[in-house]
Amino acid sequence: MDAWLLDPGQYELLLEGALITIQILVYSFLLGIVLSLLVGVARLSEREWVRGIAFGYVELTRGISSIVLLFIIAIAIPILFDVGQSSLIALASIALGLNMGGYGAEIVRGSIQAIPRGQTEASIALNLTPTQRLRYIILPQAMRIILPPMGNLTIEILKGTALVSLVGVTDLLQQTRNVRQQQIAAGAASTADLAILYLNTLLIYFVLAQVINATFRYFERRLERRYQARYEPLPSDLVAPHVGGTAS
Amino acid sequence: MSTTRFGPTMEQVEFQPHKRWYQRPEVLIPVLIVTAIYALLIFGVKETNVFRTRMTGAGDFDSMYFWHLLPLMVQGLLVTVKATVLAFTFAAVFGFLLALGRRSSTRWISWPTAAFIEFIRSTPLLVQLFFLLGLVRASETINLEPIWVLTIGLGLHYATYCSEAYRAGINSVPDGQWEAAIALNLKPSTNWLRVIIPQAVPNVLPSLGNYLVAGFKDAPLGFSVGVLGVLAFASQVRAADFRPVEPYIMAGVGFLLVSIPAAWIVRRLERRVSYERQ
Repeated sequence: MDAWLLDPGQYELLLEGALITIQILVYSFLLGIVLSLLVGVARLSEREWVRGIAFGYVELTRGISSIVLLFIIAIAIPILFDVGQSSLIALASIALGLNMGGYGAEIVRGSIQAIPRGQTEASIALNLTPTQRLRYIILPQAMRIILPPMGNLTIEILKGTALVSLVGVTDLLQQTRNVRQQQIAAGAASTADLAILYLNTLLIYFVLAQVINATFRYFERRLERRYQARYEPLPSDLVAPHVGGTAS
Repeated sequence: MSTTRFGPTMEQVEFQPHKRWYQRPEVLIPVLIVTAIYALLIFGVKETNVFRTRMTGAGDFDSMYFWHLLPLMVQGLLVTVKATVLAFTFAAVFGFLLALGRRSSTRWISWPTAAFIEFIRSTPLLVQLFFLLGLVRASETINLEPIWVLTIGLGLHYATYCSEAYRAGINSVPDGQWEAAIALNLKPSTNWLRVIIPQAVPNVLPSLGNYLVAGFKDAPLGFSVGVLGVLAFASQVRAADFRPVEPYIMAGVGFLLVSIPAAWIVRRLERRVSYERQ
């Protein structure tokens, strides 16, 4: 093949695989975000046993290679607990989500610790409950620090989704290998073919990563705007007017 | 360096910056230990072809069977560690070159380098490995063993990560150092070797250590190109004994056994470097 492009049929196969990859990415991202917030907050808990469990979870998921974790969850756990490998995609997403949760928890913990102590002290002085303190004072400020590394972590998870082809999910990488088998079966298998095929796959991954990057940049900018000086009043300010001049 | 109200601290007395690094035992001893381990791994570890178990298990989870897998797992793990070390050596050297290329003032060097780094960083290692394996298999002149394919693939992947770390380290050297080097009329080579690198690289060591641990966790991917590491052990035992639970959990235990102490050492290194930097 002298062109840089593949046949339309081959692209169709690759896109089919890419959809599975995106599906796994979304599932594991959702699980990962929830886990990282929960565990990240739990690591700063006042109760020692909560801290202990959170620490154990983080060390476990960060210490085990993500591929070994994937094999344990997708192959060993179904046999051990008789779950049945009915949905490999769900099992693979759980493995990747657990892995992301471990790294994400450390990001969340670091960002919460980076918030000045005065903020916590002020919210205690204002008699906010610990939940309110976390929800309205600490997390909104921590979000600015969390977002950039979380974007990098999401790209790492996207790269991690390539591993699921090893446990038998037909994701983008598996479809690429299927296309390669077709090429070999058709007798048209030269080195150039293979290079072009894999370059196309790599490009699809690259584009996906750039989309994730752009999304996170967008949210970072939006968040940043909220922290800049603002002169126009919020709708809520118009409903309840201040008494003695504006506070800001 | 901080001074307490009661005079110099213990560490200040021991810290002797005028001595060369090989005259400072607290630097020399770790370097010697690391070199010895390195040599042992490279020359002492041989790949084994078969991982054969000597007993069969019963039930869902047989703990006797589980522990009897330990020596086999260590055999596989050593091969994985060896591949990691080889790849990381390549990554540490090539990453520095990439960092130099990226901060080059010539645009047709710096832009392609930046694009290359960005591309490698945002695509999966596994796909890159398959790509490399395909190239090696298809060409008739190049004939590489699987472990070298893994070394090149993993090394390239982590070289891009290392290059970012090096870049941060080089940027953290104050401008005054560059200006002083110009004022003293130092050659570029002297400037880099005697002024910039000695200040930039120690700061980077902790993040390089983190990448080494991360690279170790990516090294079992070599299984897919035929490296007989820890995953090959697990899958061979699974195929021979039809027991997938124990070998995979054993592989997980092996990873914890290596990566938790390694992360601890990196954290200590971090504290030490941040201390010397003051």
